[in-house]
Amino acid sequence: MSAANNAGTLAAAVGLAANSWGQGERPDPLNRHKHGLVGTSISRIDGPLKVQGKATFAAEFLMEGLTYASLVFSTIAKGRIATLDASAAEAAPGVVLVMTYKDAPLMKPMPLFMTAEKAAGGDNLPIMQDDQIHWNGQPIALILAETQEQADYASSLIHATFEAEPSVTDFEDAKRQGTKTGEFGGGPLKLDIGDAEAALNQAAVSIDAEYSTPRHSHNAIEPHAATVVWDGDSLVVHDASQAVVHTAWSLSSVFGIDEGQVHVTSPYVGGGFGSKTLWQHQVLGAAASKLSGRPVRITLSREGVYRMVGGRSQTEQRVALGADQDGHLKAIIHTGVVAMSRQNALPEPFILATRGAYAAESFKLHVEVAQLDMLANTFMRAPGEAVGTFGLECAMDELADKLGIDPVELRILNEPDKHPTEGKPFSSRNIVEAWRTGAQRFGWAKRSAKPAAIRDGDWLIGMGCATGTYPYYRMPGGAARITLTREGHARVEIAAHEMGMGTATAHVQVTADRLGLTADQVTFSYGDSKMPGAVLAGGSQQTASIGAAIVAAQHALVTQLLILAGNSSPLAGLKPEEVGGLNGGLAELANPGRHESYASILGRAGRDEVAVQQDAPPPLELQNWSMHSYGAMFCEARVNAITGETRISRFLGSFDCGRILNAKTAASQFRGGIIMGLGLALMEETQFDSRNGRIMNPSLADYHVPAHMDVPEIDVIWNDIPDPHTPMGAHGIGEIGITGTAAAVANAVFNATGKRVRELPLTLDKLM
Amino acid sequence: MTPFSYSRASDAGQAVQLGAMAQAKYLGGGTNLVDLLRETIERPSSLVDVTGLSSSITSTPSGGLMIGAATTNTALAEHRLVRSQYPMLTRSIVAGASAQIRNMATVGGNILQRTRCAYFYDTEGSRCNKRSPGQGCDAIDGFNRNHAILGTSKSCVATHPSDMCVALAALDAIVHLQGPAGSRAIPLTDLHLLPDDDPQNEAVLLPGELITAIELPAPLVGTRSSYRKVRDRASYAFALVSVAAVLAVENGKVTDVRLALGGVAPKPWRARQSENALLGGPATEAAFRSAAEAELIDAVPLSGNGFKVELAIRTMTAVLTSLAGDFS
Repeated sequence: MSAANNAGTLAAAVGLAANSWGQGERPDPLNRHKHGLVGTSISRIDGPLKVQGKATFAAEFLMEGLTYASLVFSTIAKGRIATLDASAAEAAPGVVLVMTYKDAPLMKPMPLFMTAEKAAGGDNLPIMQDDQIHWNGQPIALILAETQEQADYASSLIHATFEAEPSVTDFEDAKRQGTKTGEFGGGPLKLDIGDAEAALNQAAVSIDAEYSTPRHSHNAIEPHAATVVWDGDSLVVHDASQAVVHTAWSLSSVFGIDEGQVHVTSPYVGGGFGSKTLWQHQVLGAAASKLSGRPVRITLSREGVYRMVGGRSQTEQRVALGADQDGHLKAIIHTGVVAMSRQNALPEPFILATRGAYAAESFKLHVEVAQLDMLANTFMRAPGEAVGTFGLECAMDELADKLGIDPVELRILNEPDKHPTEGKPFSSRNIVEAWRTGAQRFGWAKRSAKPAAIRDGDWLIGMGCATGTYPYYRMPGGAARITLTREGHARVEIAAHEMGMGTATAHVQVTADRLGLTADQVTFSYGDSKMPGAVLAGGSQQTASIGAAIVAAQHALVTQLLILAGNSSPLAGLKPEEVGGLNGGLAELANPGRHESYASILGRAGRDEVAVQQDAPPPLELQNWSMHSYGAMFCEARVNAITGETRISRFLGSFDCGRILNAKTAASQFRGGIIMGLGLALMEETQFDSRNGRIMNPSLADYHVPAHMDVPEIDVIWNDIPDPHTPMGAHGIGEIGITGTAAAVANAVFNATGKRVRELPLTLDKLM
Repeated sequence: MTPFSYSRASDAGQAVQLGAMAQAKYLGGGTNLVDLLRETIERPSSLVDVTGLSSSITSTPSGGLMIGAATTNTALAEHRLVRSQYPMLTRSIVAGASAQIRNMATVGGNILQRTRCAYFYDTEGSRCNKRSPGQGCDAIDGFNRNHAILGTSKSCVATHPSDMCVALAALDAIVHLQGPAGSRAIPLTDLHLLPDDDPQNEAVLLPGELITAIELPAPLVGTRSSYRKVRDRASYAFALVSVAAVLAVENGKVTDVRLALGGVAPKPWRARQSENALLGGPATEAAFRSAAEAELIDAVPLSGNGFKVELAIRTMTAVLTSLAGDFS
């Protein structure tokens, strides 16, 4: 690892970043620091453990007397349990406990996500407290047995009958019953600037079209699981989580105990994508453990994930764009209806990206909600943007076609100089540069402006593009502890999460560069609710949250080290802002020869270690700047002229996402997002039977995600321009890859065939 | 999964003896049956493992091949004689499932695999006449994009999911059976039953009868063949439509044609009406299309699979047109 070796011979010390963000301070010194570990391709430090089977996932914790849980689900959407016969199950071999609403312990509903700072619940319904059924697939019984097989067999012996009540399981019915304006982030999903309808009517050129996207289910490779045990009144949950502290707090609320009495760990997670929060299974597992007095492992079957863990809801979107003859937008209208359950708080906010995408004189943005009796829908990779950019960016393509303007040029033509609906300046927006670089590399100039012009045998070939975008977020709650030992080893602890995206690796790189250490001198510890901070691995915000927390803790660390160094140190008299990390110690920024190692400082002070803990400052940067990531997405699609089969032959993402911390893990994040976007475009669809609200394809055989042969070589490039207002100059990049991708595919299909498909997924029957 | 006893047969005679017990099931690679056990759709009291039976592939005196029913799908697809003389069969097998599944699945099990209709699999939440006779069918008015358009009934619209069987149907394969009452051989195209009023009956097998081998007649001299599978993703998906075709053309006339369809019917569907329309006639795209239409004239599309009619016609036409091109 040449990069790691380089770190030991840095020429310049890395000074402290200002411990506040967004008020025009000097940028983080790491922004300019080009010779350290940040930005290099270090393989994930958890990789070897995972391929050796040594990484312990939630369903792999061993415990004395462990029992295994299996669940039985309702088969009606609304009503009550009429009869529930558990006698055969109770008599089955190995059964320890059958728990139903008749004997489950008293529990409060889960605090619903976004209703309190640390709320993590996917719904706010009573859990096994009564005979009421709220969705088709609701758990109605839990069986504990000595083995998983015994539990599964016993669960097949439970016999339940239901009394159904009138339910709404059809989107059209739900819309007829009346809709209401969706709320997200504390305000209505509604924005009007000027009279967009009038501007549309007066526009020289306009398009006005309806787009739709179906339901999607979560399919992380690791199904949801938890290993749960009570120790007196204290609860330990080894979970698969992207919110350990939120989950601990929420479980404490459910069971009426103190937050400190719940300990949630999550050392490894096999993918989250917004789904690995608190759902009923952890609560049921804890309840069964309480009743049985035994540790419980609850692992959802794949079907169980479909029945119990919400996914992305369906949307119907109207996008209308009005422009002058030159292509300047006069009106942007993006409105429509989404389906939502009654027991959650996430109306798929498909207008989010549209608020800041293009300059226009008038806007009309509005999300209405139709309520159904169904599983609570939830966050799924880029909620809002993933499907909202499908409508908006297809409409831009349609407008470009109508205007006779190249789709890339139309987007550049409408590039705003400040946020078009908020008026704030951009912290860092270099999308035009990303478009130019991407178009060059992709060979966009070879695209035929005329659709259906290029054919290779039975295959029609076309190119399409779209803008991807996702916000920079940093949520309150960041905090970190740094423990520096006399051996010159630093351990960072933060209640953050590693779901496979490379968090731990990237922050080892960041910490090593800040402290002047090598990668193997830094340990990054995470995934434990007893650690500092309340950091959600969501909204692509974790990188910034951790980054700011480490900066805050480093301030405390350096302050303390200078006190310990004392007057006999070469550093004597220097202030924290005058020193930086270099070669395993601190050095004067202006004169790096003035240096003392951490080992020397601690040794002379007679200390084995120094430990500091600090909270990150509030995210003021978001108040003062419009902060977003961008991607210019290019797709080449081949469509069979006879059968309508679509195969993607090339894809390029050109990203403007601030400073990239680890080239290798970043490329994987971008590619993974794009692959998920290809699934969104071509095949993903939860088959929700509108007659009874039952999901009919709850398996990876029936619910299609891209197989290897569906994924072409995906080229990803980035401009690596640091954002001057963020920690490390970085943006989170977990979600942007899925945005714009579906539109780029649909636009390429239009270019290939001349057929405009506005309804996802783009299956062959729509192209025959 | 309901508890069952397990035994392993060392030869066909022993297997048939063990299989004569009530509620016994023969177990091949288990790639479908074990799923059905897990879903409690199948609840046999005993499983007779027949993977130890013949998996040999040998030439027959008439110039064909005799394939032991325990041959894995992979072994069959990779066999030298199959690849050289029946390339369509190899193509159909590798178009199915995944490499891992093909490594486990046996020829006998592939033939007797059951439908993947989602309503059939949803034991608790959906009605299914195949799973619970007389209960009703939730697929007919539900999600039926993948369902059949030919040979269906008011009681069932499920498809037979095999790719391999479609090629075997076009190749006039013979199925060798052994049961308590003795041995017999029947054409593959006569093995599977259409649903009519009792879709739980899927094959003409007598109780305890076991598939022991598949026989392929000698390859037809002077023919070209192909297998084309159309599906929703590039791999690991069942056919929306598949076409197995064997064609011979002389002086612009069709002198021999065998056609079978997958993904459109409750059984591997031999397209006899198309064959009859084509034989002796011109080998032109127009004639191929018209012959394909003749097969699909009886199609009964459902709410979600109407596209299969045109897709089948187009795919048959394209496959035959491409094969005919090899003769010009």
